[in-house]
Amino acid sequence: MMRHLISAADLTRDDAVLILDTAEEMARVADRPIKKLPALRGRTICNLFFEDSTRTRISFEAAEKRLSADVINFTAKGSSVSKGESLKDTAQTLEAMGVDAVVIRHSASGAPYRLANSGWIDAPVINAGDGTHQHPTQALLDAFTMRRRLVGRDAGLGRDLEGKRITLVGDVLHSRVARSNVDLLHTLGAEVTVVAPPTLVPVGVETWPCEVSYDLDSTLPKSDAVMLLRVQRERMNAAFFPTEREYSRRYGLDAERMAKMPEHAIVMHPGPMVRGMEITAEVADSDRCTVVEQVANGVHTRMAVLYLLLGGNEPAVSHARPVESENK
Amino acid sequence: MSKILIRGAKVLGGEPQDVLIDGETIAQVGTGIEAGDATVVEAGGKILLPGLVDLHTHLREPGREDSETVLTGTRAAASGGYTSVFAMANTFPVADTAGVVEQVFRLGREHGYCDVQPIGAVTVGLEGKKLAELGAMHESAAGVTVFSDDGKCVDDAVIMRRALEYVKAFGGVVAQHAQEPRLTEGAQMNEGIVSAELGLGGWPAVAEESIIARDVLLAEHVGSRVHICHLSTAGSVEIVRWAKSRGIDVTAEVTPHHLLLTDELVRSYNPVYKVNPPLRTEKDVMALREALADGTIDIVATDHAPHPHEDKDCEWAAAAMGMVGLETALSVVQQTMVETGLLDWAGVADRMSVKPAQIGRATGHGRPVSAGEPANLVLVDADYRGAVDPAGFASRSRNTPYEGRELPGRVTHTWLRGKATLADGKLA
Amino acid sequence: MDISNSDEARPVLEGPDIARVLTRIAHEIVERAKGAEDVVLLGIPTRGVFLARRLADKLEEITGRKIPVGSLDITMYRDDLRMHPPRALARTDIPADGIDGRLVVLVDDVLFSGRTIRAALDALNDTGRPRAVQLAVLVDRGHRELPIRADYVGKNLPTSLRETVKVQLVEEDGRDAVLLGVKRTAPAGEQ
Repeated sequence: MMRHLISAADLTRDDAVLILDTAEEMARVADRPIKKLPALRGRTICNLFFEDSTRTRISFEAAEKRLSADVINFTAKGSSVSKGESLKDTAQTLEAMGVDAVVIRHSASGAPYRLANSGWIDAPVINAGDGTHQHPTQALLDAFTMRRRLVGRDAGLGRDLEGKRITLVGDVLHSRVARSNVDLLHTLGAEVTVVAPPTLVPVGVETWPCEVSYDLDSTLPKSDAVMLLRVQRERMNAAFFPTEREYSRRYGLDAERMAKMPEHAIVMHPGPMVRGMEITAEVADSDRCTVVEQVANGVHTRMAVLYLLLGGNEPAVSHARPVESENK
Repeated sequence: MSKILIRGAKVLGGEPQDVLIDGETIAQVGTGIEAGDATVVEAGGKILLPGLVDLHTHLREPGREDSETVLTGTRAAASGGYTSVFAMANTFPVADTAGVVEQVFRLGREHGYCDVQPIGAVTVGLEGKKLAELGAMHESAAGVTVFSDDGKCVDDAVIMRRALEYVKAFGGVVAQHAQEPRLTEGAQMNEGIVSAELGLGGWPAVAEESIIARDVLLAEHVGSRVHICHLSTAGSVEIVRWAKSRGIDVTAEVTPHHLLLTDELVRSYNPVYKVNPPLRTEKDVMALREALADGTIDIVATDHAPHPHEDKDCEWAAAAMGMVGLETALSVVQQTMVETGLLDWAGVADRMSVKPAQIGRATGHGRPVSAGEPANLVLVDADYRGAVDPAGFASRSRNTPYEGRELPGRVTHTWLRGKATLADGKLA
Repeated sequence: MDISNSDEARPVLEGPDIARVLTRIAHEIVERAKGAEDVVLLGIPTRGVFLARRLADKLEEITGRKIPVGSLDITMYRDDLRMHPPRALARTDIPADGIDGRLVVLVDDVLFSGRTIRAALDALNDTGRPRAVQLAVLVDRGHRELPIRADYVGKNLPTSLRETVKVQLVEEDGRDAVLLGVKRTAPAGEQ
């Protein structure tokens, strides 16, 4: 891992496991009377949101505040910053203000990469979701949730997801969550299958480290976790699928389909859910569904990422190690 | 009139010869020509070619003088060895009337760096709905023969058919920007392995190929000639090859960047690689080179598309599409075609001067280097090697994908009708 | 840490010594804490945790009661956090009944500058409000940089700053020993 977190593909297996292990420790802080750690005291982090996402922003904000960072929220409504120069201007402004890290959400794929590599700003950049490209912290919190549920909270420490069969269902084409998850789950040793109508699978998917299927029913019995991706209703108008009803009949998860999954298998969703379309209320509210857990885990995972990137003198996860210091 | 003796130049890459220019024409080509009162240019074995002709240039004037003007664009052309450029119609206002094309034509003549032949819009405002006054533009002082909505595709099959038919009356040609609009909504880069990974909207090859297929069939049906702008895919090459084998009157161009660069470069998300049509794959690049060598693709055209810095210094999606190309075209062709053995210098002269002049009916350009012909010439130091430095560009814009890249060859002299527009690498 | 190569490191305490010392400390705790009824042992990772568990066992032998034992990671409370790459976190494990109103005995292997204990006190502050806090260490090697002292010391070991002290425990290192060595080089800024 470099000084930025742009893509889940940039993480090595050891980096990812370290983040998940650290997130487990962070999770324990949530049980304490004082849910705060001093690790980022005196550091200023800007949440630069060019695209609305209250959930992701408050998750990062909670993580930053629990680590005692100073937080600046910058939210630009989509249309007013459609012109690219404002990204550069904003970056240079933040640089001048001495911001120590930028968490960026942008509707344009590659905007965080550009921010990290353009020389506009020197601070580490954390991608909080860019266009249809990547959303690495989402993939990390998903992997964290899977490891807890499928391997175990303590038993999972130090371990990856070797051999776990993970199925991603839905709009793979437009999904940054799918891209990040395929990359990270593969790195962690899982066997990934994406399931979608052929219209919602990108041309070029054949080089991805996953299987592709158009048939959900045959995949379910072979899944340890099924993650449903959000399907926007507008896609219907662009002829990606005929009707909502047909989509949910072929690719939606209802109780009957859930029964085809192995007993231990879990149902995941990055949220927000479109109930009735990709998931029925019955499934969403069942105890196999981890949606609420995922939200909580998001804070722990983001705390881990922030600590490992910004907690030391050089933001480099690969260097992290237990240090037996003389400093007793 | 002044005389110039170019001594020891390899004409079209052949044996060294002397070329004597007298006034606006070539007076004599041979060996051991006496200098007399002529100014002598020691060519020292450099390559002498007819002045290059670019059938596809965006000079941006009128309307976007912040990115390029006729003056800066023609200076860039002279630097790159061009003596004639065809200026695309997508200006503000659009070059869809005799008034606008005459203005651009006149500006070119006044500045004197390079002949500017305006291209007229096919439809009013490039909107694809109503034919522009093609005849009036042809009859204007600019004498427009090439019509194009470049930047936009004439996607309505009926409008395209009518345009192809209509310009037959005065020997015009429609140059099609082949891009099926519905298939390319939100498109950001070539659709394939890289776009799938980067999450950038895919621009399928078929969006180009389907329009080319339709248009060659339309051209055949109405007995017109059609020119295809900036071919970028292996499939497009196959269609044009098939059309030519059927005797359809089709010509096609390829840009230098499509001969060299691939969509792998987009991984940098650097908008300097954002261009329309998009950079394609290695396989496409190889097919384009081969097609240019075997004549399936007739010419190299730059699609010189200047943009101000701020339109590229941003995130990919917000960036403008296009690259400057006039000052690097010949070097890229040398690297991709000459040094690979696919074309000799005579072939380069054919693809970059003779054929484009023929397609555009640019009289006085693309002529043989022989006595009695107009002295439109370019002298190339093919042994030069150096990294591209945009700071040295004559173009007002710097959006080159080659910054820092080592490219072979350098234009040292350009003569437009006997007048040196570029001498020893310096603009007149 | 960069200890001198083990050939040069000299054991100053061996396995039986360590066991004896821990027994003595356990007795001292019982004595000073009047039966150790409200004692909670918190070890500082890594080796302090093993020492705390050993002490808890010994206290149980003496008092016949289970003594709550846990661990307190001080990584994020260190004052040199910004001087190194981020460290992997160790486990903080506060016993179920908490520490409020209890006598917390912090346990560590070596007491040196005192900065670790300072960090531990801060960490403790975020986890609850003990009645009192005491400190037990296996070795006190001197050279304090903060006004901190240990309540229970296994062995006072006068050292020079050129020397290194390394504690080895069976649980982590496969054997019990306290090794005294000499630094090969003294890195600039080493505390």
